[in-house]
Parts: sequence; structure tokens; C-alpha cells
Amino acid sequence: MPEITYREALNQALAEEMERDDSVFLMGEEVAEYDGAYKVSKGLLGQFGDLRVVDSPISELGFAGLGVGAAMVGLRPVIEFMTFNFSVLALDQVLHSAAKMLYMSGGQINIPMVFRGPTGAALQLAAQHSQALETWYVHAPGIKVVTPATPADAKGLLKASIRDNDPVAFMEGELLYNIRGEVPEGEHVIPLGVADLKREGGDVSIVTHGKMVHLALRAAGVLSKEGFEADVLDLRSLRPLDADAILASVRKTNRMVCLEEGWPYSGVGAQIAAMVQEEAFDDLDAPILRVTQADVPMPYAKNLEIMAKPSAQRVVDACKRVLYR
Amino acid sequence: MVTKVHMEALSPTMEEGQLIRWLKAEGDAVSDGDVLAEIETDKATMELVARGEGVLRRIFLGEGGTVPVGEVIGLIAAPDEDISQLEKDAGAPESQPKPTPEASEPEAKHPSAPQVAAPADPAGPGPAPPVSPSASAKLPDVITVSEGRVKASPVARRIAEEAKLDLNSVQGSGPGGRVVKRDVEAAQEAGVGVPPSPSPEKDGVESGRRSLETQGVDFEDFPLSQMRKTIAKRLVESIGPVPHFFLRITVDMDRILEARKRVNRVLERDGEKVSINDFFLRATAQALFRHPEVNAHWNGDSIRRHYRVHLGVAVAVEDGLITPVVRDANRKGLAEISREVRELATRGREKRLQPEEYTGSTFSVSNLGMFGIHEFTGVINPPEAGILAVGGIEETPVVEVGEVVVKPLMKITMSCDHRVIDGATGARFLQTLKEMLEEPATILV
Amino acid sequence: MESGTVAFSVDRDPLFGFSREDLLGILRRMLLYRRFEEKVEESYAIGKIGGFCHLHIGQEGAAEGCIGPLRADDYVISAYREHTQALAKGMDPKAVMAELYGRTGGASGGKGGSMHIFGADQSFMGGHGIVGGQVPLATGMGWAIKYRGEDRVTVCFMGDAAVNQGALHESLNMAAVWQLPVIYVVENNGYGMGTAFSRISATEIGDRSKAYGIPASVVNGQDVLATYRHFEGLVGEVRSGGGPHFAEVRTYRFRGHSMSDPVSGTYRSKEEVEERTEQDDPITILVHRLFQAEALTQEDLEAMDGEVRAQVADAVAFADEAPLPEASELYKHVYSQINEHGRLFFDGRDR
Repeated sequence: MPEITYREALNQALAEEMERDDSVFLMGEEVAEYDGAYKVSKGLLGQFGDLRVVDSPISELGFAGLGVGAAMVGLRPVIEFMTFNFSVLALDQVLHSAAKMLYMSGGQINIPMVFRGPTGAALQLAAQHSQALETWYVHAPGIKVVTPATPADAKGLLKASIRDNDPVAFMEGELLYNIRGEVPEGEHVIPLGVADLKREGGDVSIVTHGKMVHLALRAAGVLSKEGFEADVLDLRSLRPLDADAILASVRKTNRMVCLEEGWPYSGVGAQIAAMVQEEAFDDLDAPILRVTQADVPMPYAKNLEIMAKPSAQRVVDACKRVLYR
Repeated sequence: MVTKVHMEALSPTMEEGQLIRWLKAEGDAVSDGDVLAEIETDKATMELVARGEGVLRRIFLGEGGTVPVGEVIGLIAAPDEDISQLEKDAGAPESQPKPTPEASEPEAKHPSAPQVAAPADPAGPGPAPPVSPSASAKLPDVITVSEGRVKASPVARRIAEEAKLDLNSVQGSGPGGRVVKRDVEAAQEAGVGVPPSPSPEKDGVESGRRSLETQGVDFEDFPLSQMRKTIAKRLVESIGPVPHFFLRITVDMDRILEARKRVNRVLERDGEKVSINDFFLRATAQALFRHPEVNAHWNGDSIRRHYRVHLGVAVAVEDGLITPVVRDANRKGLAEISREVRELATRGREKRLQPEEYTGSTFSVSNLGMFGIHEFTGVINPPEAGILAVGGIEETPVVEVGEVVVKPLMKITMSCDHRVIDGATGARFLQTLKEMLEEPATILV
Repeated sequence: MESGTVAFSVDRDPLFGFSREDLLGILRRMLLYRRFEEKVEESYAIGKIGGFCHLHIGQEGAAEGCIGPLRADDYVISAYREHTQALAKGMDPKAVMAELYGRTGGASGGKGGSMHIFGADQSFMGGHGIVGGQVPLATGMGWAIKYRGEDRVTVCFMGDAAVNQGALHESLNMAAVWQLPVIYVVENNGYGMGTAFSRISATEIGDRSKAYGIPASVVNGQDVLATYRHFEGLVGEVRSGGGPHFAEVRTYRFRGHSMSDPVSGTYRSKEEVEERTEQDDPITILVHRLFQAEALTQEDLEAMDGEVRAQVADAVAFADEAPLPEASELYKHVYSQINEHGRLFFDGRDR
């Protein structure tokens, strides 16, 4: 199996799906001639032409809504946000149009489209360019949210998202584009709603998604040296959510730490913790702990930024607390 | 719904309460919050309020009567509700005649009121009355061990429930003493907190709690199983004639020290005070009451489990040692134990003890803490199966939740006759004792 | 059509060359819109219809004049004052009324209500509730038409207040850059809710599109025949590849902004409303012309009105008798694809 980068895996998925289905087009800022701000769409303009790979003006609300309108009449747009930070400008179209169209039309009009781009913090980009907004998207019924952590997952999940008949927020990791991994060639589709146990251990469950999977794996390595083995459960999609996998892991370990890059209030971990205490209360040996970004806008200064982000050490500490060590 | 009226702890330090007067009579309608009675606590006269609605159907404690906190002193129920079972369960307090004709019905109707039903036998071994193993297994309220809510993780609760493990007897290692999974697992392994099952144990001796099948019975002889005979023979060959082994436990005495201060503040008015040793004796008596398998004698061809606790207390005298006996020590309050031990010790040193005052103990304790001894082992006084040797309290640095703190620790060593007591049996008893010493409120129950 | 063209009644023929049959058809449909909305008003008053409800009374000329010239497969999308536009696009009055009643058989299954009437089969792409929110969607439909190389046209209705929304400007820019077949129609009834347009804009509506190089026009929406002819022309140009157009249709609403507003009040006088209702009723204007041309008699009018009223009464009866949606509808149509794995709902439904 060839080893390629996360960005190449996404590129492959886009190219293959555009090849497979004429109704798929890619639109966003810098996606065509510039080859994409993060080069995810490299070469696609040459391959598919400017009707299917379209440079948009910097008009997030406009082109996101354009995508929804095109999806209303049967196209399968892939709308790229240069980063999800800018998607906030388009939230009216995502929330009011994409997520609700099927419902308020009484089932007449579905929205088969993907909003994609990187989420989360990079390095020293400060408050407006460093935030993980998964919670904003996962909050609304009608939309699906996918967060791949590895090149193979990036390809398999993007293909599944493009083929899905509902709007999908496909949230990539800005710092993941360069990571390498083995990716199956050709038809490699990972169904939404299936979590992946990235590391198996029996002592504590670290439930996470996206870029934080790698942090969780680092923390699990540290814990292992100290004699504790962690399950690292990569949710892969937040909606649909693989509740069975979460519950199975916590039933095995009796302890759970939820790790996410976003803020704590009403975060993904809050939802999962609520679900687990409802459905697996008698399996818990300790309160569920969460490791999240500090509850502050992202600071610029290097030291403050480090303090604001989840760290492997904080994950290790949380795991030890639930292990009563 | 029936609501039991309990003697409530109406002051933080209240151990027992005296009923001054009932403000409601049997048959009166009562609502939640109504004042039922006036209670004299250790500090003041307080009001006891109803915790339920209905009719005050029964009163078990007459005016002027005194009972420990927690005792059922009345029943509130709907006028036509069947309360016969609860009437049976609610034992009449020993210190009081029952206030109503119904409450003084023949004893047979109150099989679970041990204080009333037990023969007033002043001395130890006597002919064993027949035992009825099929007698009611209902645990009477008066000896129900209720220590408030145990903090335990959900999974620990589940495992304990599945294993029929008493969480009260499991030492929690989590924050704030939370019992967590590893604690119940360790307890399961060690056999702590598992109530003796009515089926034969692996040692072949049928177990039974005093409360279960032995009302009105002072002790019970169990024939030796083949295994028990073999254990006895082998062990005597090894360390004879009493094959000792030793169990050691460390107890945090912080709360006992605190409790003693508070109790003594109250007793001062009467010119009395109690010692740490008195607390220790009281706790040991309670623990023995709950573990008749330790409160036992080796009879050569049988093992006798005692359901009364006659505690031998070793006292140093000029030319040796005498062990006066506090009879029915588990039924005596702290002050009473204190007075009795002091009095017995004085007369012991003066060699004025009557024989019945230093014989018939079911179990013994020896305390050398006042001599500066940290820990030591005691030699069993046959036919008893064990003795506790207690050292002094020492300020000791310990690590707690990652921090070094100084704790007043006390070491207890139990010498066990292995023919009677196995490791886990002794450990369960010590666990109970430790819990009582570390949570003094439980000693009062 | 040149930018800034004013297409008031320039034709010397007051009937704009329409056949009698076409004229009677236009009149009948406008009467339907009027009687329908009057019935909606009545049903709202007796509690049969709830929520926000915006009536089109007084603006029927815009509905008929703009939509009349369209093909069945042309898209129409609108804001929340869209009941009559849905009818104009060919939707069944029964389905629209039942939707307002929140009943089974409603156009959107009772889940949309007054602001969300959808008729995919009639290419009526919905009423949308956020001011200006439908404009990017229309642009996307225009994109899809271009993408597929079709000759359809998209007509996007908005109120005058929507022209100050960023969504319109972003859309106009993209539509101009990509030459999308969209006619953006501003129904200018003079007031954004209770604020006169002149108070919140320093320039004319048509000026908005000039910055993007999109031609603009103004037409008197109370003259349905002029509006109709004007849009016939626009639709033809756009369909044949002329690129987007920005049309202002001047009109007046005879009722409050919504059912919860007074007809007149602090922002417009009773006299103004009475005067406009008296002089500017698009139906009365048409009827007068038909009387003058002896294309219609009072008896014809009354007969037609009777038929229309009966049609509306049928719609009300249908809506009133239709059952409320089944409880099972609650979770239906949140997603069109329930994934085989994982949980999509988090309120216990999946367990």
C-alpha cells in the first residue's frame, strides 16, 4: 500500500469522486489556479476544468449558500473553506439552509454536499485563526460532522462524505496535512459512524477525534511506560457518532477521558460524558474527565499558546486521576 | 407507607437520647414536620419531628426512657396499614418497659429483640441451648449497621452488589475515601466484607451471625469438620500447643482523638472522662459482636462461637498480670466501660477481684501503649482464639494523595489461634475494628 | 434591457396586446391570490393558523406579473411573504393552505408553515425566513443551470430590506462574474417591516447592482400587465444567455408586515394606506381596464369571483379536515440518509 500524505489522500478522494460523478464540483477560495491554500486541490483544475474546480471570491456566505442552492437542485458541491474559522461567516447558510432544508420542505429537498477545510489551531495564529469549531456544527440536527485523523481515514471518509445525501462538515486538521500513512488505492470508502480503536488497552479510555488522536496516542505511550494501557478511540465522525464503540470501551475500562481541541462548554466531550453517564453509569469507576482547550480565546504568545492547548501531559494527568494514581 | 420514628441525633455529639415527653399519642394523626416528642440530648432538650404522614400507630419508648441514636421508637402509618412485621422488627429498647399493652406481648412475638430474649446469664460457658437453624433470618433494626452513605464509584457498587459484598466494610482508596473498583476487587480477594453465607464455608464450620439464627443464644458449638481437625493437628505439630499466627493493622486515630475530646467535654460535668483505651475496648467489643467467628473458644473437639462479648482486659500488677473481664462489653456505653475497667483494675492491683471477675472472657486485649510500646504481640489465653495487642499512638508521616501529612497512627497486632481463626477471618474482624476506630460514629451504633 | 431602464406603462395599448383569454386568466389568478390571503387572514384570526404569517394582499400584481412568464421548470425562490408566489408557480391552493394549517397534506408536510412553503415538483424552491438568505441559494440554482448547460431561469424574490444584506452583494458579484441565469427581483413595497426604505438607504435600489455590472430595471408592480410584459422580456434575455438581471418591482402592501402588526401605525399613516388601497389596487386597476375595453362585465367578474371563492373555500375545507401530522413525522426528514452505523440523534431516540 503506498504511503502518502493526508493532503494527497484528500486530493485522491476528490479526484476519484469527481471522476466518478459529474455532479461533484469543488468551489472555494484559491482552490483552482493556486492549487488550494493547503494544496489539497493540487492539479484538479487541469484535470477537471474551471467549471468543476472553481475559484470563488472571498465571500463565504455567498459561495456556501451557492453550494446549498446547487445541492437543492441535485448537484453535489464540495465547498472548501480555507479554514473553518471563516466558515462562521457562512453559518447562516450552513445552519438555516443546509441543515434544515430537508426538514422544512417536508422531505422534498435534500442537500447532498460537503463543507470542508481545516479546523483547529496551528501555531501562533492567535485568536481568530486558531479554534476548533466542531461543536458549532455538531450541535445542529440535519448536518453530519466528520473529523479524519489519518491519511487513510481522510480518503475513505471524504469519499463517503461526498457520496452521502446530507450536508457534511468535513473538518480536517491544519497540522495533519503533511503526515504520512498507508492509504489504499482506488475504492476505499469508510462508512460514517464507525469509530476506530487506534490503540487498545484495558485500563482507561481516551475518546477523541481529529488531530487530537495523535496527542492521545502520545499520552497513551507515556502511560504505557508507567504501566497503564489506554484505549485510544478515534471517533472519526461526530455525527453520526459511534456510541456503541464508546460504550464498549468504557464498559471495558470503567474510566474515560474525553480529549478535544475545542472549548469545554457544551463540547463534544460534554455530550459524550452525558451519554456515558446515562447509559453506562454502573460501569464507571471514576468521574469522566475532559481535556480541552483552555476556556479562553487562543493567545499569540508562545508560552500562553502552549498553556491554552491540550497537551499529552494533561491527558496523562487526567488518565491518572481517573485511575486513582 | 410506614415511617419509622427513630431516636435521631439531635446534636452533633449525641449518642443516645432520653424521651422527655410525647407530644402525640398513639392514634393521633401526624403530618410531615409535626413535633412528635421532646428529647433530652447531651446538650439540650430538642424537638423530634415527624418524617412522614399518617397516624402515630405505635410508641415503643416511654417517657423517661433512654435509647441510642438510631433506635426505632415509634411507627407512623396509614390508619389501616399492616404494621405487624415492623412491630416485630422494632425491638423494644432494653432500658424501658414498653409503654403499651401491645408492646409487652409475650417474647415469642418479638424473637428479634435479643436484649429481652437473652437469658440473663452472668457467666460464660454453660450448657448450650439447642439451636434452631431455621429461625427467622430477619435482621432486627436495633443491630442494623448503618453508617450513612458510602462513597463508591458506580462500578464498585455494581461489583459489590453482584458479589454480595458489604461496601461498609471495604476501605476506599479514592478521593475522600471513595470505594473504587480496585478496592472491591481487593476486598473480594481478601474476603473482606463478605457476609458469612449460610452454606458451609470452605473450612467446614457453619457460619452464622448472631443476629440471624441465634436469638436468645449465648454461644454455639460447631463440630469439627475433617478439614478443621487436620488443620488443628498439623498446626499444633508445627507451633504447639496453640498455633499462633499474627495479623497487624495500622489505624488512623485522628478522629478518635477528636471524639474523645468532645465526649470528655460532656463528661467533665460529672467529673468523669474516658480514655483512648476505653474507645478501643468499646470498638473491640462491637467488632467482636459482629464477628462471632473470632469471639470464639477452642474446645478441643469443637469450636464455640460466643454471641455475648465478655472482654478480658490485661492489667499489669506488681508481680504479674491479671485479666479482669468486662461482661457483655458490647452492650455497655463508653462511660460505663471506662468506670468498670478502672474499678476492676484498681481492685485487680489490690488483688481484691472475685474469681468470676477475671474468668469467662471470650476474647482478650492487652494495651502497652502507656509504657511507650509501639507494637508487640500478645500470647493467647486458652481456650480463647485470639488476643489483641495494642501499642501507643504515634505521630507518623504518611503520604496521602501525593502529600506528606502527619497522622496519629496506632498499631494493633492480633494473635490468632489458627485452629479457630484463619487469615481472612481475622482480617475481616480487624477491618471492621479499623473502620470503627477511624469512624467513631460507628462505634455508637 | 439596459441598466436603469424604467419600464412603466409605455405601451399605448392599455391591455398590452394580451388576448381576452390571457387577460381573464391573469385576473382570475390575481383574484385567487387575494381571496386566498383574505381567507388566511380569517383563519389566522380564529387560531387555525399560527406563527409568523405575512400576507401578500396588494402585491398580487408582482406575483402574477413576475411568475406568469416563467416555464414550469424555471426555478422560483422567495422569502417569507410567499403564499401567492407558490400559487402563481402552480402549487395547489389545498396544499398551501394545509401547510399554513400545519396539517398532513400540506406542501411541506406541515413542518414548514407559512414561511416555508416548498413545491419541488413545481420548481418552487421555498420560502425562506432569514432576510436575504434565499439569495445565495438562488445563485446556486443559477450555477447549477449553467453547470448543466440548461436553459432554465431562476427568479429570486426578496423584499426591499434585503438589498442591504451582504448575502445579496456576495451573490450579485458571483452571478455577474459567472454570468448566471438569475433574475433578482426586489418587491419594493416601501417598508422593511416598519422602516421606510428611504430612511435606511442613501441610494436607489437599482443602484445596488450597478456596482457589479448587472443591469437593473424598475417596473410598476401594481400594473400587472406591464410587469408581465417586462418580465417576459427579461426571462427571454436571461434564458438566452444574457446573464443576471436585477429588477425592482414597485408595489404596496395593504396589510401589516405580518399578522402581528397593525395595517398602519407609527411608520405609515392610515390616510396613506387608504389612499394607496383606493388608487393602487392591482386587481381594481386591471378590472377597470377590462371594463373600459369591454372585455369584462360586472356579472362576469362576480361569477369569476364566486368560482375563486369556492376554490379557496375548498382549500380551507381540505386543510381543516386534514389530520395533524403523525408523531412519527417528528424525526422524519432530518436526514435523508440514515447511516447504517452510529447515532444521529442525541435525545434518546436511537436507543
